[in-house]
Amino acid sequence: MSNLLGIDVGSTTVKVVAIDEKLNILYKSYVRHFARVKETVLAELNKVNMLYPGDYSVSVTGSAGLGLSQRSGLNFVQEVQAAFIAIRRYYPSADAAVELGGEDAKIIFITGGTEQRMNGSCAGGTGAFIDQMATLLNVSAEEMDKLALNAHKIYPIASRCGVFAKSDIQPLINQGAAKEDIAASIFQSVVDQTVSGLAQGRRIKGNVLFLGGPLHFLKGLQLAFKNTLGLGDGAIFPEDAPCFMAIGAALNSSSEKPLPLEDVIKKISDVRESDDIVTGEPLFSSREEYAEFVARHRATNLNFCDIATYSGDAYLGVDSGSTTTKLILITPDCRILYSHYQSNNGQPLDIVVEKLKEIYALTGGRVKIRGSAVTGYGEDLIRAAIKADFGIVETVAHFKAALHFNPKVDFIIDIGGQDIKCFKIKNGAIDSIMLNEACSSGCGSFIQTFAKAMGMEIDKFSQEGLFAKHPVELGSRCTVFMNSSVKQAQKEGASIADISAGLSSSIVKNAIYKVIRAASADELGQNIVVQGGTFLNDAVLRSFEKETGKQVIRPGIAGLMGAFGAALYAMENISGESTVLSEDMLKNFTYKSLSANCRRCTSNCNINVITFGDGSKYISGNKCERGAGLKPASDELDIYAYKQQRLLQCVKGENKTSPAARVGLPLQLGMYEQLPIWAGFFESLGFEVVLSEKSSRQLYFKGQHTVASDTVCYPAKLIHGHIESLLDAGVDFIFMPCESYNLDERDSLNHYNCPVVAYYPESLKANNERLNDKNFIMPYLDLNQTANTVKKLYALFKGYGVSKKQVAAALAEGFARLDSYHADVRARGEYILNRARGLGKQSVILAGRPYHLDNEINHGINKLLTSLGMAVLSEDSVFELGNYVKVNVLNQWTYHARLYRAAEFASRTDDVNLVQLVSFGCGIDAITADQVCAILERTGKLYTQIKIDEINNLGVVKIRLRSMLAAIEESKRKEERDAKR
Amino acid sequence: MQSDESKQVIDFRDDYPRWKDEYKSEYKILIPDMLPWHFAIIEQLLKLEGYDVEILKNDTRAVIDEGLKHVHNDTCYPCLCVVGQYIDALKSGKYDVNRTAVMISQSGGGCRASNYVPLIRKALKAQFPNVPVISLNFSGLEKDSSFKIGLKLLLKLAFAIFYGDSIMWCYNQTRPYEAVNGAADAARKQAMDEVIAAYKGGNYKNYKKINARIISIFASVERVNVKKVKVGVVGEIYVKYSYLGNNHLEEFLLSEDCEPVVPALMDFVLYCIVNNINDSNLYGKKGVFYTANRLLYRVLYGMQKKIIAQFKREGTFEPIHDFEHLRRCADKVINQGVKMGEGWLIPAEMAALAETGTENIVCAQPFGCLPNHIAGKGVIRTLKNMYSHENIVAVDYDPSATKVNQENRIKLMIATAREHLGGE
Repeated sequence: MSNLLGIDVGSTTVKVVAIDEKLNILYKSYVRHFARVKETVLAELNKVNMLYPGDYSVSVTGSAGLGLSQRSGLNFVQEVQAAFIAIRRYYPSADAAVELGGEDAKIIFITGGTEQRMNGSCAGGTGAFIDQMATLLNVSAEEMDKLALNAHKIYPIASRCGVFAKSDIQPLINQGAAKEDIAASIFQSVVDQTVSGLAQGRRIKGNVLFLGGPLHFLKGLQLAFKNTLGLGDGAIFPEDAPCFMAIGAALNSSSEKPLPLEDVIKKISDVRESDDIVTGEPLFSSREEYAEFVARHRATNLNFCDIATYSGDAYLGVDSGSTTTKLILITPDCRILYSHYQSNNGQPLDIVVEKLKEIYALTGGRVKIRGSAVTGYGEDLIRAAIKADFGIVETVAHFKAALHFNPKVDFIIDIGGQDIKCFKIKNGAIDSIMLNEACSSGCGSFIQTFAKAMGMEIDKFSQEGLFAKHPVELGSRCTVFMNSSVKQAQKEGASIADISAGLSSSIVKNAIYKVIRAASADELGQNIVVQGGTFLNDAVLRSFEKETGKQVIRPGIAGLMGAFGAALYAMENISGESTVLSEDMLKNFTYKSLSANCRRCTSNCNINVITFGDGSKYISGNKCERGAGLKPASDELDIYAYKQQRLLQCVKGENKTSPAARVGLPLQLGMYEQLPIWAGFFESLGFEVVLSEKSSRQLYFKGQHTVASDTVCYPAKLIHGHIESLLDAGVDFIFMPCESYNLDERDSLNHYNCPVVAYYPESLKANNERLNDKNFIMPYLDLNQTANTVKKLYALFKGYGVSKKQVAAALAEGFARLDSYHADVRARGEYILNRARGLGKQSVILAGRPYHLDNEINHGINKLLTSLGMAVLSEDSVFELGNYVKVNVLNQWTYHARLYRAAEFASRTDDVNLVQLVSFGCGIDAITADQVCAILERTGKLYTQIKIDEINNLGVVKIRLRSMLAAIEESKRKEERDAKR
Repeated sequence: MQSDESKQVIDFRDDYPRWKDEYKSEYKILIPDMLPWHFAIIEQLLKLEGYDVEILKNDTRAVIDEGLKHVHNDTCYPCLCVVGQYIDALKSGKYDVNRTAVMISQSGGGCRASNYVPLIRKALKAQFPNVPVISLNFSGLEKDSSFKIGLKLLLKLAFAIFYGDSIMWCYNQTRPYEAVNGAADAARKQAMDEVIAAYKGGNYKNYKKINARIISIFASVERVNVKKVKVGVVGEIYVKYSYLGNNHLEEFLLSEDCEPVVPALMDFVLYCIVNNINDSNLYGKKGVFYTANRLLYRVLYGMQKKIIAQFKREGTFEPIHDFEHLRRCADKVINQGVKMGEGWLIPAEMAALAETGTENIVCAQPFGCLPNHIAGKGVIRTLKNMYSHENIVAVDYDPSATKVNQENRIKLMIATAREHLGGE
């Protein structure tokens, strides 16, 4: 037997291990490859060759090693397999192993049925995820680790995908939560993801090995795993964890023919770039073309005015964005006195205060700030802190700014660090707004993270792309997918320049085809203004012009447009003295940040209290006004509040003393509609009805380990927790029927349920070992077939001594309760509609599915709407006011048919608007959304869609709803103007 | 259908070009490929019926890009592939866009796949306003644009599916074991030629003779006696079969020195028919529709049984699945009431494969496929409990999911399988 060599090429690192004949490790290394796979491997092999020359049997492993092995002809072993080989050799007593790599996460179960699992294509909870999050906190992964060890509390953070986690973390940062706590929460989310996404119900116990780089270097992560899994001494963190797979690969090569190491090196250096990557056209064909492009764009900018000499009035605009903070100070004739653009580095408030001080210092009393406005994610906090005159919604700010550069502007696209905003302008008002959804991001910060991963500064990285010869096609979906496309391109040997250019073009394509969903570039408009920090990147700008075939305007202050718009707004709207903090007040400005749990209601929101030096407070993180110590808006005009209460009244609480049995009904999915039926049915038959616990994030975690598909919608994921709560309540059985067909409401071609609502009981039963035929009853029913339903229910429950006649009567009672529930909901709907009309308020149909009633699913959007001064209706309370519709799509689902009729009603009712709630992952709403939008647009109504998931970040939702409100008000004003004329 | 008479019916539909059967002499009909050999037979038989059909084989990144541009982000991948193929083809200039139609099947089930017809219409509307979308369905949908199909043509199609299945089935059991490179491909060509000749000669109905020929052509290929890892492919119908949808999965498995086991298309047809029968059994629905389905099932299942008997008699190949056996397999895992998408057929095939020695299974599905949350990923745990060696990997297909990710996961499964094979 000869020496053995294992080469593990992962998505971010290369690991090389050399082992001698007696299986002693001669050499091991772990280095980042920054996409230079071949060079890095060769450098390592040359080191081995210097130190330990000779013949080696070689195997390659790792996700990026596949291409290398194919082209060099070296043996390949799949990395989980490699790990398995090494485990058996060195840790024969291990029961399981968890390995986190750059972009993969794996679990190997060894005892009790060997099983090897890898994460699916949604690749959260990996090393790259941790890196991305560290970037967000503006620390290195090592620093984040140190921070985590000093944490005091854990916030819930979604980790199944980096994009989601960002949406959870960003508000925490903006609210000033302690970095230590955020860091620990990030690690905890990785653990949760591993337990739920990978283990899926199988317990990780006994002696557990933790492998891979992140689990070796990050003590905070180790701790989180150890504590969560309750492992104690069973947790093993091998010294060789980072290069464990390489060791396995080396062991695996014992049957390979040994080769002189020089030959191996030669084989690898002979590997050529392959032709299978799809490439696009270069961004610029020549330096001259680039120079012309730069000159053209330089022409649109604001003039500057020297702050050191100017004296007079000025207006301040602040844009507190999700990743960056922007400030601008302008003169009344729109010259720039001062501007600032900076990454948040955790606390935007510090930046604003510091810069404001700087402004006062620079102006030396010559300048008077006459008005100030704040926009962006951090609007509320900054406004409260510096006592700005106005807070305006971002879309309005951007529109104002764009108008300044082109009064004819009809399309604005803004790509920032975290979000993409596009709006169409018609008749001088915002006509439609498109914001990126959680899953189609691909924004500026992504390029930044990537540049960092490649070990480059963002400027240099994007500069590289300008003259790339063969930009890589990287797809246009979410960042996680882009990550793996990049990985593939690297594997195929694409250069950094090609990847950089490819990323720019992906971002643009993502925006045009996914966010705006334009079929062709012509749909965008004739006068396009592009803005946002990301467009300062020439490669992105050029990609946009190339993709649209249009020359667009990019103001020189593209990154400051939100702040500029805010300043303009302040200038136009100020009357009287500005309230903004004066120089003196600023000197004494201090604040303290404290996180706490709001205990004013059962939601138990994690809130953040910032106390300013003058004793005033700013509270964030609260879902309702109560958290901020205010009186909540009244529920009177909120049908969601009404329904929540009315639905529960369908359970009358009968038979508590001596029930025939205690039956558990999980209040989720279809039960949100059919609870009246089943409560009536069971109570009539002498059973006690027990409802599952109220939905909450905690309840979700309770059932998370039994979720079989990580891409299913949140309502479905939540119901796993409901089942656990019923089992814990000790019910005799849980009842949840499977129904292909919903009740026929006679306004669609067919009356299906969606596949998830129809059959989810199957998935519950198959994946929860506590459920069996006795305690989980899930008959297949078609409630339109009464005789058959009675027959089946009788067969199920006759053991309790009930007659068929009683079963029929009980079912009739159930339907009676359903009818009365429906009637009450509709009556309440009409009441709210009329009352709102009387008060001159706008109503919003918050349209979704019956289960969107759940506050954990809708995240309290109904309350947000009432706090914005709107009345809230639901699709089921008004659809009968709508006409019947014939639609383009196949109208064959009961709940969805209600949407179309509700939309029809809104389309012809002036003071009624529609906001569609869509659960992330709902494939059917991909179809209904376009149709609902088409119905509304026929009469020029604004269509607003809100995608909801487990993430609990109302910030984005608020922007959307406020933009909608602004647009409604604008169009009302316009109508009034037109009427006067 | 409406009950409230105080309400009007408002038509929000856009106009679209209809399909009429009398157009058949003037129009070219484009059909997206799913199973190359089945569809080649169908193409021929429809041509013999006087339809100028063409199976679309375009398979470039441009196809996916067109799909991405014209289909909603969250719509399933098969729809995106199909729309991409149509638009890419119509743009190519090869067809007179005023004399071309596109055809797609429509199940009318509770899965969103029933909505492909309107989605395709919408995608074509802007650029190709005169291209009708023909719906091939058996549920009375799209009456003004459906493909007229009589009993005779229906049977012709059924035979074609049987023949295509046998060719695919025998090929996959021959190709990994051929002693001479290219022998399996040659056998497939010969079998295809004979089947098409049978249609041309009008004796396509003699299915016993034709099927026996197919088996014997493949059986006569010289084989080497080696053991190879068998990998079953189940899942959503399109990505299970279509090379465009599944990144050439069958070829990949062959290149990894495995034997792909791809279950028959006829099983999906029988599944659709049986679902109607089940509806009547489960919910007490009655009517002539259910009787007709029962009759049709009896005929097709009878043929399948005879074909299975031929496989057994000849002895070289593992016979195709017996559909009644599949139903019994399903009953062990999931209720046959799960009928949306591929529903209970997926666990049925996974169980049947495990029972016939194919323990490694790729469950292919479009990313976010609704029924597969339950009938695909949702049943894996149950199946693992039943068949401890069963090695299932669920693979999501999506325009941006990369081949390297998918293949890495399949490779992991194969590596585990090799170990089992070595251990035996």
